[in-house]
Amino acid sequence: MSPSLITQVGALAQRSVLKTLRQPFQMFPIIFFPAILLIINASGLHAATLLPGFPTHSYVSFAIAVAFIQGAMFSLINTGTNLAEDIETGFFNRLALTPLRRVSLIAGLLVGVAALGAMQSAVYILLGVVVGAHLDAGLGGALVVIVLGSLTALAFSSFGCVAALRTGSSEAVQGLFPLFFVFIFLSSSNLPRSLLKTPWFHTVATWNPISYLIEGFRSLYIFGWDKTALLRGFGVAIGLLVLGLLAVQWAMRTRLQRT
Amino acid sequence: MGNAHKAAANVNAATDTTPGAGGSPLSSPTTPHEQPPRSTIWGVAGAIAWRGVHTYVRRPELSIPSLVFPLIFLASFAGGLSALGSVPGFDFPAGYTAFQFVFVLLQASMFSGLFTGFTIAFDFESGFARRLMLAAGNRRGVALGYALVALTRATITLTVVTGVALLAGMQITGDGVDMFGLYGLAALLVLVGFGWAAGVAFRFRTIQAGPLMQTPVFLILFLAPVFVPLPLLRGWIHAVASVNPATAFLDSGRGLISGVHNHTALAYVCAVALICVFTLWTLRGLRAAERAG
Repeated sequence: MSPSLITQVGALAQRSVLKTLRQPFQMFPIIFFPAILLIINASGLHAATLLPGFPTHSYVSFAIAVAFIQGAMFSLINTGTNLAEDIETGFFNRLALTPLRRVSLIAGLLVGVAALGAMQSAVYILLGVVVGAHLDAGLGGALVVIVLGSLTALAFSSFGCVAALRTGSSEAVQGLFPLFFVFIFLSSSNLPRSLLKTPWFHTVATWNPISYLIEGFRSLYIFGWDKTALLRGFGVAIGLLVLGLLAVQWAMRTRLQRT
Repeated sequence: MGNAHKAAANVNAATDTTPGAGGSPLSSPTTPHEQPPRSTIWGVAGAIAWRGVHTYVRRPELSIPSLVFPLIFLASFAGGLSALGSVPGFDFPAGYTAFQFVFVLLQASMFSGLFTGFTIAFDFESGFARRLMLAAGNRRGVALGYALVALTRATITLTVVTGVALLAGMQITGDGVDMFGLYGLAALLVLVGFGWAAGVAFRFRTIQAGPLMQTPVFLILFLAPVFVPLPLLRGWIHAVASVNPATAFLDSGRGLISGVHNHTALAYVCAVALICVFTLWTLRGLRAAERAG
């Protein structure tokens, strides 16, 4: 990477981070909603720990994995909305007319997202400590959670960028939120897959990649170092990121042709 | 042409500024002894209800989310958490699908009311509601009309949700009267959700007040025994759920669907009391909107 590219990406990453941090209405759902859902579900579903085969006695340790995925979903919406607003206001077009390299237009945004993803993962770890979740993998596990959280936010956000580049409308990006949220609902978010007794739901959750991401985070909290769960979790995050970046490249080409 | 259609034509004419669009509402074709339909509360309400339902049916981006969300909740809770039906102490005669169906039904009812609050806010943002207030002879009819929209939306949503639940094999062990009671309670909760959201919408007159409409209702619903019965909840959520009116709604609904009545009278009393409170809240909001011009 040439120094000029690093400078360009760094400047746009800094803008991306500051733009989110300076808008409380973007930070509020990232922190508030996962926290409130964790607290409510951990209490409301505590009875699930009485089921034979449930892997832990602490439902909050089981459920906290979902907070990281919800946070990544909010990153998707925020990133897509910010990029769409840049397109709507003409800022993106003006950037495209400058000598900036095309790759840095999106790379800067995504580097900022990765940084925010790491920050929000650290916040969720602290939240877990406050509400009594036990991280079995210890301090090393916390670092892996932050890396996986950042990677997941990055992967999801690339799809937010695709939506923004294709539609150029922040309203359309916001409208996609429920669609992405369905993937969390139809996964092993509330019970382990072995306890999903409804056959069709078990099949959907098994095919749903979000289940493996959740199980990656969850393994560090409940089992310590489970190589299989971690490999699957990182595999899904990296796979989604590669797919997302390919889709971004395609969407960028179309968007810049229009420009 | 019925009163509602006449009033709808008047409202549309009053709000359409294009040349030749039908003129002013003052030129509506009425005889000297006939009261103009737009000046009666039911005439105004009928016109607004007709427009609201027409818009809802014609615009899939409005109707599909309100249908899809309850179905996702039903699939996720009844399908994904069915193992909770075998937790020691869980004893519900109609099975876990029916147990969760009641939550989804009542949640969908309240949210049908909330989504209509969004419609009011959107109509204010677009300027339509202000013109509507000028055209309407009796402005309480505006609130009543939107309430009818909420009830119609809920009827569509609840029909679909019930159909899907029955196809998924839901058992109903209550009788016909019990089911009438269940859907009656659902109708009251539509009005509760609408009353709250409409009061907010009339006061703020912007769609940005959406979180203020949704979040309290969402929290109240989820601080009730959603996943397991009240005796199986532990700690702070048991204490909160014990005094939460949504617990009475859920207990009552589950009692009605299973035929083992539980807090039915309490639920109806709570719902009617909330409707009375939120009717005042809505009418005062309507006055605030009038004062704002």
